[in-house]
Amino acid sequence: MREHTEVIRPPRALWVPFMLGRPFGVPDDAGFQRRVLLAALQLLDAPSGPILREFPDDAPDSAGDEERDGEACPVNFSRPRPIAEGQHALGQALAEEIAQLRPWHDLAMRRRGGGTSGLSGLAPEQAGAFLVAFLGNSAPANYRPEQALGVSLKHACDDLRAFYEDAAGAQPGRLSAAELEHWYYFGTVAGEVLRKLRRVCLNSGDRSVRLFAELTLLPRAVMHKASSQG
Amino acid sequence: MARLEDLPVWEREHLLHLRDEAPRFATTPWTEGPALGARRVALISTAGLHRRDDRPFTGGAGATEYRVIPADATAADLVMSHVSVNFDRSGFRRDLNVVFPLDRIKELAAEGAIGSVADFHYSFMGAPWPSTRFEPKARELAALLARDRVDAAVLIPV
Repeated sequence: MREHTEVIRPPRALWVPFMLGRPFGVPDDAGFQRRVLLAALQLLDAPSGPILREFPDDAPDSAGDEERDGEACPVNFSRPRPIAEGQHALGQALAEEIAQLRPWHDLAMRRRGGGTSGLSGLAPEQAGAFLVAFLGNSAPANYRPEQALGVSLKHACDDLRAFYEDAAGAQPGRLSAAELEHWYYFGTVAGEVLRKLRRVCLNSGDRSVRLFAELTLLPRAVMHKASSQG
Repeated sequence: MARLEDLPVWEREHLLHLRDEAPRFATTPWTEGPALGARRVALISTAGLHRRDDRPFTGGAGATEYRVIPADATAADLVMSHVSVNFDRSGFRRDLNVVFPLDRIKELAAEGAIGSVADFHYSFMGAPWPSTRFEPKARELAALLARDRVDAAVLIPV
């Protein structure tokens, strides 16, 4: 953020107007990324500082991506919002959803040379089952007892999201970042599980689980949207 | 960096609070070096990137550690375990270079726009606060960069 850089005053800084998470502006556009990188490197030739230079251009396809707070999602998802009730039904619906996305995920794997998940060591079906198990009466066994349960939860959540986003990225008609986030948290069974999981984990007797639920289970944008939807 | 006015009010307020709490420094160090075309460049990210078989980032005592990313790492080798869920990762899933431009920096070296690419690049996980907590690890990393003959580092927040 420019406001932060102005007070920290590093010797050389390039301010870029791109969304958080995309410091080089846009994926799959080598020319644009190269311009941003060169603009940063050229600060090395500045004769004196501190210097805070602005990159002049927005990211080429960032228009739709910047509506992170949008009330309405412009995409009609073919799959209606799941209404699975109960731990067992939810677990079954999640397993089916994962199976349905599997071919898309495998396609993404082939294109990229590998997926972007892999923190937990769990297959997506196992990560999903682990998360759903928390919705029962007692927490499941930690698949890595050497680390805090909250950390295991975080890795399972990250891997599940990576699986879904990798799969969605291979489907026709690319979703913007905001659309993808809306789809994942409000249009899938996985999102339903995560929103229920947060409520359960906030009341956990395990501090690491409570902290995970409080700080990193759901994006702030999703929590705001969920509370405004009741 | 991003444009504050594009963010929703609650996000803006959160980030401005962090701005108000950010450490201030009495001086700004300034060093000069050779022309860009002769520099050896390393990339240093705060995106919580690491090799798939390396340790994921976590909070706690080890939160300010860094992970090594060899120059020959490919997108398929790298995963992201930043603790925050409040920034976009879909761009990274499509193209590593939108976060960590390893291919772009190699292209610039091949064209002669920079001197060379470091053998090793690095990633921190930028969540620990305040950022002054990183100082011991930053000093350790600076020594490693010097041994790699690096004289330019691109620090890449996420």
